[in-house]
Amino acid sequence: MKTKTTKRRAAKLWQLRLYVMDSTPKSQTAFANLKKFCEAHLKGRYRITVIDLLKHPQLAKGDQILAVPTVVRRLPKPVRTIIGNLSDTARVLVGLDLRAVD
Amino acid sequence: MKTKANGHKPTAPATQLPKCPTGIQGLDEITGGGLPRGRPTLICGGAGCGKTLFAAEFLVRGAVQFDEPGVFMSFEETEKELTANVASLGFDLASMIKRKKIVIDYVHVAANDLHESGDYDLEGLFVRLGHAIDSIGAKRVVMDTLEVLFGGLHNEAIVRAELRRLFRWLKDKGVTAVITAERGREQLTRHGLEEYVSDCVILLDHRVFNQIATRNLRVTKYRGALHGTNEFPFLIGETGISVLPITSVGLNHNMSSERIATGIPRLDAMLGGRGFFRGSSILLTGTPGTGKTIVAANFAQAAARRGERVLFFSFEESPNQIIRNMHSIGLRLEPLVKKGLLRFHSARPSLYGLEMHLATMFREITEFQPAVVVMDPITSLMDAGTDYESKGMITRLIDYLKAGQITSLFTSLTQGGHVLQQSEAAMSSLMDSWLLLQDLEGNGERNRVLYVLKARGMAHSNQVREFLISDRGVDLVDAYIGPSGVLTGSARVAQEDLEKAAVLASQQEAAQLKREVERKRSAIERQISGLRADYEIEAVELRRIAEQVGTSTLMLTTERTASGILRQADAKVVASRRVNHRNGKLN
Repeated sequence: MKTKTTKRRAAKLWQLRLYVMDSTPKSQTAFANLKKFCEAHLKGRYRITVIDLLKHPQLAKGDQILAVPTVVRRLPKPVRTIIGNLSDTARVLVGLDLRAVD
Repeated sequence: MKTKANGHKPTAPATQLPKCPTGIQGLDEITGGGLPRGRPTLICGGAGCGKTLFAAEFLVRGAVQFDEPGVFMSFEETEKELTANVASLGFDLASMIKRKKIVIDYVHVAANDLHESGDYDLEGLFVRLGHAIDSIGAKRVVMDTLEVLFGGLHNEAIVRAELRRLFRWLKDKGVTAVITAERGREQLTRHGLEEYVSDCVILLDHRVFNQIATRNLRVTKYRGALHGTNEFPFLIGETGISVLPITSVGLNHNMSSERIATGIPRLDAMLGGRGFFRGSSILLTGTPGTGKTIVAANFAQAAARRGERVLFFSFEESPNQIIRNMHSIGLRLEPLVKKGLLRFHSARPSLYGLEMHLATMFREITEFQPAVVVMDPITSLMDAGTDYESKGMITRLIDYLKAGQITSLFTSLTQGGHVLQQSEAAMSSLMDSWLLLQDLEGNGERNRVLYVLKARGMAHSNQVREFLISDRGVDLVDAYIGPSGVLTGSARVAQEDLEKAAVLASQQEAAQLKREVERKRSAIERQISGLRADYEIEAVELRRIAEQVGTSTLMLTTERTASGILRQADAKVVASRRVNHRNGKLN
């Protein structure tokens, strides 16, 4: 039972993508906020990829990026999207569905 | 080409704005050359108005006709759906995408999956659009429908601010943009997009009147340019949108003075002896059953026999029905159809709206290139729209035909009553010639009469002719015009018979009189000869009597002499002298 849980948890590596536009203060705030959440709730089980659309505009289409900053939870499925600088903690938790993990 | 160097609010320039032709049939005429180049244009209208199609056509025609690649940013339909939808109008998006003429970017705005936390902007949209534009060097951009953003994003303040920035950014990019939006209840668009797009606003509308839908287009705003402000009907046909401007047609056709025969010799005679002018428009009105289609068919047959192409639009009968019916009066249309000189096009008037009819007719005419066009009857087509619409349609039709030097004959059905008081009075002013077929009722029968009400530019008969239909064709006969009015049909025949009888009677009377005189003369002659005979007889009698008298006198004398001798000797001398004298005379 216990091993199963760990296995399941181990499988649940969180893959997060943060789309930003240039390294503006807004982008930095978003990154800092995201990091803070992940450290608090997903320590050791997450990976954040930051994509700067200024350098890779072609990547915006794939994840249907409309607004920046945008966080896309690639894994675990389903894909969830949250936009904004993540300053509203409660909405981030709902948006990333973080409670379910704990 | 780019109108602005910096992205400041534009002020209307004194010079003519550079235009970006849409390639949409008719629209460039209304707008004087197209949409404002390098600026956004707002297309708004309710659901099913053709906004997306309008935008797609703008883009496709730009890529194909004007070598201006375009980006289609779709918020509602995926690339696949869009390609399939416009393929029905003959646009091959897939190949254009392959040839890097068009980029379709489907922006999915999922309201449910999107969570917002804190401040954001729509730079992602800008990046995508910018990337798409740069990838093919696009000159045109379509955003369909931007308002989806209002549904997907909760922070309206941000959306509005970003939209304002987007339009300014589009202008800076120098692309000609078309933005579509849903029609709002009290404003042009549901979310007031018109406050951001202020250069050109086009309103699309789909209206149902008398169960027939008509699409309308109106340029409500075009900053810095003259444009047609009217509402123009448009339609979505097999080749995309076509706007049909009524007011854009002029009155400067070349006119031919060539005359063409009507197929009815007596009718030609009524029209100055040579028929109608080529390229003129002819109206043929009449109550039901007066023979309008027959006159039209005669006209068509005559033209086709001369080797001219004739296009016959029938709105009530099928081609086979017309051919069969005309065969019954001796008109053989079938060989002409087979030869390809005569073509029928039958369609129910209620099949689609006026605009669609007009477009279909234009297409048929362009394709067939006829010299003569017959519309039978135009009135049932007019029922498909309002009076105003149908008059506009007929004006355009006539103008179109006249521009092509095509002679047109329209039949028009009038519903009893006094024919001249019918609504064609409005239509007739567009026509060059007007023939009237009428029923005259009397003596328990109906008879057809025809007269020329007007014929511009030619001397024409002012007389009523009786219009006869037999199995050998049609003919016009002089109606009897006498003290008792116009007589037609059996009344005319009776009148003619009556006259014949009268002539015969007087002839007989004269002969009778002659015989009488003859008889009298011979009677008199007979009398004369009788009298003569009497006279002869009397004369003979007289002589006989005279002789008798002579003889008896002689005898008497002789006897007297003898007795004198016997009685008295002295009387001898006298008596003998007298006898001698008498004898000498008689001998």
